[in-house]
Amino acid sequence: MLAFVLRRVMQSVVVLFIMSLMVFSMVNLVGDPVDMLVNPESLPEEVERVRRDFGLDQPVHVQYWKFLVGAMSGDLGNSFIFGRPALALMVERFPATLELATSALIISVTFGLPLGVYAGLRPDGWGTRIIMGGSVLGISIPTFWLGLMMIIVFSVLLGWLPVSGRGETARFLGIESSAFTLDGLRHLILPATNLALFKIAMVIRLARAGTVEVMALDFIRFARAKGLSSRRIVFAHLMPNILIPIVTVLGIEFGTLIAFATVTESIFAWPGLGKLVIDAIVNLDRPIVVAYLLFVVSLFLVLNLVVDIIYAVLDPRVRLQGEET
Amino acid sequence: MRKSILNPAAFLTAAATGLGFLAGPVSANDLTVALAAEPTSMDPHYQNLTINNSMATQVYDALVLQDVNQNLIPGLAASWEPIDERTWEFKLRPDVTFHNGAAFTAEDVVATMRRAANVPNSPSSFATFIKGKTFDVVDELTLRISTEKPYPFTPNDMSRISIIDSAFVDATTEDFNTGAASFGTGPFTFTRWLPGDVIELSRDDGYWGAAVDWDNVVIRPIGDGTTRAAALIAGDVDFIERVAPADLPNLESRDGLSVFKSVSNRLLYVTLHLTDDPIKPFVTDHDGNPIASPFRDIRVREAVSLAINRQAIADRVMDGLSAPAGQFSPEGYIGYSANLEPDAHDPDRARELLAEAGYGDGFKLTMHGPAGRYSNDTRILEAIAQMLSRIGIDTSVETMPASVFFKRFARGGPGDTPEFTAAMSGYANGSGEPSHPLRIFIHTKQKERGYGPGNRNGYSNPEVDKLIEDGRSSMDIAMGEMAFIQATDIAMREYALVPIHHEIATWAARDGVAYEHGALDSTFIHKIRPQE
Repeated sequence: MLAFVLRRVMQSVVVLFIMSLMVFSMVNLVGDPVDMLVNPESLPEEVERVRRDFGLDQPVHVQYWKFLVGAMSGDLGNSFIFGRPALALMVERFPATLELATSALIISVTFGLPLGVYAGLRPDGWGTRIIMGGSVLGISIPTFWLGLMMIIVFSVLLGWLPVSGRGETARFLGIESSAFTLDGLRHLILPATNLALFKIAMVIRLARAGTVEVMALDFIRFARAKGLSSRRIVFAHLMPNILIPIVTVLGIEFGTLIAFATVTESIFAWPGLGKLVIDAIVNLDRPIVVAYLLFVVSLFLVLNLVVDIIYAVLDPRVRLQGEET
Repeated sequence: MRKSILNPAAFLTAAATGLGFLAGPVSANDLTVALAAEPTSMDPHYQNLTINNSMATQVYDALVLQDVNQNLIPGLAASWEPIDERTWEFKLRPDVTFHNGAAFTAEDVVATMRRAANVPNSPSSFATFIKGKTFDVVDELTLRISTEKPYPFTPNDMSRISIIDSAFVDATTEDFNTGAASFGTGPFTFTRWLPGDVIELSRDDGYWGAAVDWDNVVIRPIGDGTTRAAALIAGDVDFIERVAPADLPNLESRDGLSVFKSVSNRLLYVTLHLTDDPIKPFVTDHDGNPIASPFRDIRVREAVSLAINRQAIADRVMDGLSAPAGQFSPEGYIGYSANLEPDAHDPDRARELLAEAGYGDGFKLTMHGPAGRYSNDTRILEAIAQMLSRIGIDTSVETMPASVFFKRFARGGPGDTPEFTAAMSGYANGSGEPSHPLRIFIHTKQKERGYGPGNRNGYSNPEVDKLIEDGRSSMDIAMGEMAFIQATDIAMREYALVPIHHEIATWAARDGVAYEHGALDSTFIHKIRPQE
């Protein structure tokens, strides 16, 4: 186990290094940040001053070397726009995104799993047709359109939920989150549901496919023949078996929820990472873009590792590479 | 105030409002505003950026203030006058205190200037307005500002710098973001800022000017136009800026809401390359061979202007949210010349002019512009291309993200010269200084003197240059303005650039809230007033 983790960490460092090289050279191909930053009414020497202060007068390889040296000590550079460390800005915004992604994940499992299992157990029921039809819609309707529709229906027409923002937050067990206040929860419902809809549809399909497959296997028949209750068959025998692929997919999907919540965050003005990054891309705030992309890569590396470990725990037959057997 | 369900009292309040499924009760004197963008900092000297500057005016004052049309009005200076060719004397307002209780004196101004010119990591500093000026304290309430050469715009420059208490001269940008140093003399006190989420302000009861009406103001950045409008309709916010053109009819027809519009000073213009050095690949004959820019001939430039149907663009592309323009300033705004009218659409005359100039068979042109930077920018450019094609200039369009466009626009060509032959861009006079567009776009490019940094097409007229320079060194403001209007008249008649339209800025509010608007498209919270 330890050898496996160590090897994966080593590989991750190499991947991160290659990514940093690619990302850094690519952001340097686009535009010139000075044009986006310095007010056109400024005197010419102001442009030169900013170029010098931000190190943009240096050749790209020198800039990259400085970045690399800084990155070794955890300094990913200062945001051009905010004048603050890129890492600190991301850490500041991360909780809002994490809370949104976690809520979306919880919603998708809470709704997706039972509906999918139901659909798998009763493949021909009319309920199944509705569920599967709904899941097709969930997968095919664009997130931004659905987000706007949800705002129009639940905020404008019905007036039940607030349109945008994060609402009040509170601190509980050392975590600051809007999930701990009523106002915050009301703000959370729409964006989290919006983000979750695609995932609900996906979990439904995975759970249904798994259920159909597993229910036809011999051990389920034996369990039936033994006279076990349906409840016991579903919870003790079916669930553990269909959970493995779902956990694998959801682990990676959790990464995409965090990394690509951008659209939902923009529509609902959710103060998370996505908004920060969109602004950074538009305004050529290179340090933020680089830091964000490296963060996303690290996130996926870690999630992959965690998924592999959970996989082994859920399914004792799976042995991790490098593990003594 | 922080509501938490872990706090029993707050929980009961929330439960009493129908489990929170109804909008919470808000005091009649509180205001919630949704803005399209957010300041990059609460430090008033961190970045010279429109949104930062308009936010700074809520908490801080400058020596000189600007009204909604950017005319200068007294601020922390009660009056000012030139006492000789190179020196302005400012009489400061007595009995003004900062929000932390410290008295305002001339020393605070001197300290402010020292800080504002040298904020570390500033992406666009205020040094431009401070460099080359000497600040002499005569007494507590008298300040003299002198320059090496006669300079009539010292009051304009002073209207750009927010005055802080001298105790915070060494405060960091972070100190202003957290509120540790955010003590100004403005109509509001700073309460807190949660980046990306909310800015909170409260009324300053000791404000020296007309007190604002709101006890507390909450400002939310909502970037998406449709979400912003939805937030207003749903009652989450009381006031929004920048109504998306598509949402405008809906908001205007809805009971309980009102919409405010005014012609802004944001100009969209087309610039045409005026020299044949170098020959660029974007103008060709019909066989695709590059030719020298036909726009060197004033008749071709006039033909372009006459070919553009500005009213059609306003009606069909902009949904009524633009006003045809014939110069930099909209009517009523500083620098406006009553002698100039927007060109009327006249394609027949345009064709004649082309023929007279020897381009009766037309030519091929590629126009460039930013995508997503200005309201409907790509569609406007496409409309212009069609209109030009109709008079024989076979025009195609190439747009790109603003971050790419501006670099190529300024220095994408050989030897860091401007790359394009014909490009569309925008401009708004943020400074409120009447010679500003002339200095930037019209004057012959002279980098070391700060003239013509935005002059990308090589326009150069010694007569116009002289008028601009004379005006900029005349301590008689009225004389200077006359020179600027003369220079504007000449430059516009020579099509130094081709003005298209001024954007119409929009705001919307629930009934009972009104906005005092002018030519600036940014939003000033203290100009939002309750309406009986």
